[in-house]
Amino acid sequence: METILEIKNFNFTYAGALEPSLKHIDLPIHTNKVTALIGPSGCGKSTLLRAMNRIHDIYPGHTYEGQILLWDQEAQKHNNILYLEKEDDMIALRQKVGMIFQKPTPFPMSIFDNVAYGLRLSGVKNHSELRDRVEVALRGAALWEEVRDRLKENGMGLSGGQQQRLCIARAVALKPSILLFDEPTSALDPKSTRAIEELIEELKQEISIVIVTHNMQQAVRISDYTGFMYLGDLVEYDTTENVFNLPKNELTKDYVMGRFG
Amino acid sequence: MVARYFSKVSFMAAMTSLVLLVGIFLVLTIYALDSISTFGLGFLTSTDWKVGADDEGGVFGGLVPIVGTLLTTLIAMIIATPIAMGIAVFLTEVAPPYMVKPVSIAVELLAAIPSIIYGMWGLFYLAPILQAIFGGSGIGVLTAGIVLSIMIIPFMAAITRDSMNTTPNILKESAYAMGATKFEVIRDVVVPYAKIGIIGSIILAFGRAIGETMAVAFLIGSVFSFPKGLTEPTTSIPVVLANNFAEATDLELSSMFYLALLLFMISFVVIFVAKWYFLRGVHHAK
Amino acid sequence: MQNRLKINKIILFLSTAAAVIGILFLLWILLTLIVKGVSTIHWSILTEDLINGGIRNLLIGQFVMAGVASVIGIPVGLMAGVYLREYGRNMKLVNFIRNLSDVMMSAPSIVIGVFVFALMVAPVNSFNGWAGSVALSIMMLPIIISTTDSMLSLVPNELREAGMAIGGSKHRIILDIVMKSAKVGITTGVLLAFARIIGETAPLIFTSANSAFLTFNLNDQFPSLTVAIYNLANYPDEASRNLAWSASFVLTVIVLSINLTGRFLTTHKKRN
Repeated sequence: METILEIKNFNFTYAGALEPSLKHIDLPIHTNKVTALIGPSGCGKSTLLRAMNRIHDIYPGHTYEGQILLWDQEAQKHNNILYLEKEDDMIALRQKVGMIFQKPTPFPMSIFDNVAYGLRLSGVKNHSELRDRVEVALRGAALWEEVRDRLKENGMGLSGGQQQRLCIARAVALKPSILLFDEPTSALDPKSTRAIEELIEELKQEISIVIVTHNMQQAVRISDYTGFMYLGDLVEYDTTENVFNLPKNELTKDYVMGRFG
Repeated sequence: MVARYFSKVSFMAAMTSLVLLVGIFLVLTIYALDSISTFGLGFLTSTDWKVGADDEGGVFGGLVPIVGTLLTTLIAMIIATPIAMGIAVFLTEVAPPYMVKPVSIAVELLAAIPSIIYGMWGLFYLAPILQAIFGGSGIGVLTAGIVLSIMIIPFMAAITRDSMNTTPNILKESAYAMGATKFEVIRDVVVPYAKIGIIGSIILAFGRAIGETMAVAFLIGSVFSFPKGLTEPTTSIPVVLANNFAEATDLELSSMFYLALLLFMISFVVIFVAKWYFLRGVHHAK
Repeated sequence: MQNRLKINKIILFLSTAAAVIGILFLLWILLTLIVKGVSTIHWSILTEDLINGGIRNLLIGQFVMAGVASVIGIPVGLMAGVYLREYGRNMKLVNFIRNLSDVMMSAPSIVIGVFVFALMVAPVNSFNGWAGSVALSIMMLPIIISTTDSMLSLVPNELREAGMAIGGSKHRIILDIVMKSAKVGITTGVLLAFARIIGETAPLIFTSANSAFLTFNLNDQFPSLTVAIYNLANYPDEASRNLAWSASFVLTVIVLSINLTGRFLTTHKKRN
């Protein structure tokens, strides 16, 4: 199938808010491609991203309307994740749709345990299987060579860039079909940023990727498709090339030319 | 001119803490000297508390109140710790947002109620109930320990909650994003992250419990003997001081200062450990 | 998976149960206090002295001692807080004093009573109101130091720098700018400290002791509401016990009102 995720006529309203923060969003996420969401602060790009794994639901009272259709490989069809209510379905969703945050978030445990965390939650107990999958994940996140001799050390002792790659390894270990990146390099130096970007290009062989970014060069460098959001609307969506070179909308044009933001 | 005067005065004010602490230590030691030189460290292991015939001399040992203090505090901690942890978890992770504020305020106000109120309530309401359940007179170690636990629960819950609240939201969210349940987030992220602060909070509550007078004074029985069971009366250091200090003279008074010095040193060490090792930079201004 | 969800449910239930148990007990205490207090209180209690079965002199005495304690404790505490945050250069010393002050805050109150007894009661061989006041001021001091210290730390450095930039001297900047912008927080701290000492019993038992008569002579044994409650509750007769309940009710109302006023100040400030 061509799209791993289809967002259709989607509205999102925060608990207690009168107006929806996202209005009539229609957005396809193509399989094994990188989709970037750009726009000024407060435009709703992170809010949209956080709807894709329903992480919003850990705080009560928000309302969703419309459809977010996730491809189910086994059933060979799309399912609307907004219908999920039971906690175990939610857990299954989040193991299928991984997330990386603005700041590195190593858990207060060893490097090994960080990567093994999600596997253990999902019931993997066999130690040699854990070891293998942790190694594969760390290799996949281009971190293995740097940490192979200190897997027992605390994950918080790594550098910022390494920590973020550890978080990616942690998510990759679960073999998700989508990874959501919420401004993953905003707290990193240029060199670590470059490493993460290379990694994302590597990862898209296996995993579909959505990335929220403030940095337009980053979107140009790594994404195949780009959505520009403004005040809760998806103003324009197209291939990255078209959005940056031939924007159809005046607002998009002003934004990608750096006239506001 | 004024500037220099102002900063000097502020320096002197800051030094009062030090002066008071050293002063307390010195004054207690000086007044306890009589007893220290008579009984030495044997005071800590002796159970006698007998005033001499002519009100002078006599034999005094601190073991009974020392054990009574530790026993009531231990009972209080055993009961209070799980409940306070539960309340802290409830307030930080479980409660729906509209409940967090009112329950928090309730907990903090309850921590502000004078301890004598807890003591009186225990004497007139809890003691008869415990008497009906466990027999005895209703006055004893268990009753004192339970009332003490009720008194420290709000304090312990409030400071533990403060420690748990230091866990960054983004860290909890990443665990949820891995498919963790709420309990798993608490167990694997919140508790390990806030571990040091939580331990510090428990120790601080221990320090508060061990020096508490009024919640225990009505209920422990104030009897100078070891309790034979949990429902039997005994006494504790603060209670000995509260009930017998004003009438004591000579060597007995000096022995009371010895007890006060012991209590002060225990609580000093406990609190210093809690603050210095576990709660650096965390402020519990309550 | 089902197992994980079950454990999750159980633990969350237990935590909620702990909160409910804790709060039920505490409600029970408050309710008892209100029921007993309201049923035993009447106006004459507030207008008569202890000798005639009232608490007028006790209330006045308690406030006088807490007031004198504040006159001593507040300025010293404020200045100490100012030193820690504004003047202290040697961070080792500053942190050491901070820790000592925290230790003082948790020192057993009965020990402070013993200390003041040795200094101010034993030498003159008489309980006296000054001793009670000083004991309370020692209780109050570390609380004031700690709140002043942390409230001043919330004042942004830019304010101090702006003051310097227009040529203010350090102590003027502290008094006119820093203290002023931390005013609400510090006031709250002072109120909470006052609420704390007004309900203290242990440091008063053998410093001020208690008196059945109205007096303003701090050189003599001095009336104390809390010490009176302690004595009255231990008497076997119903009338004394009832008076203890009324007195406890009044005391709790006072403590909680002051406490709530302090909290209201801070939340009100935040909203503006």
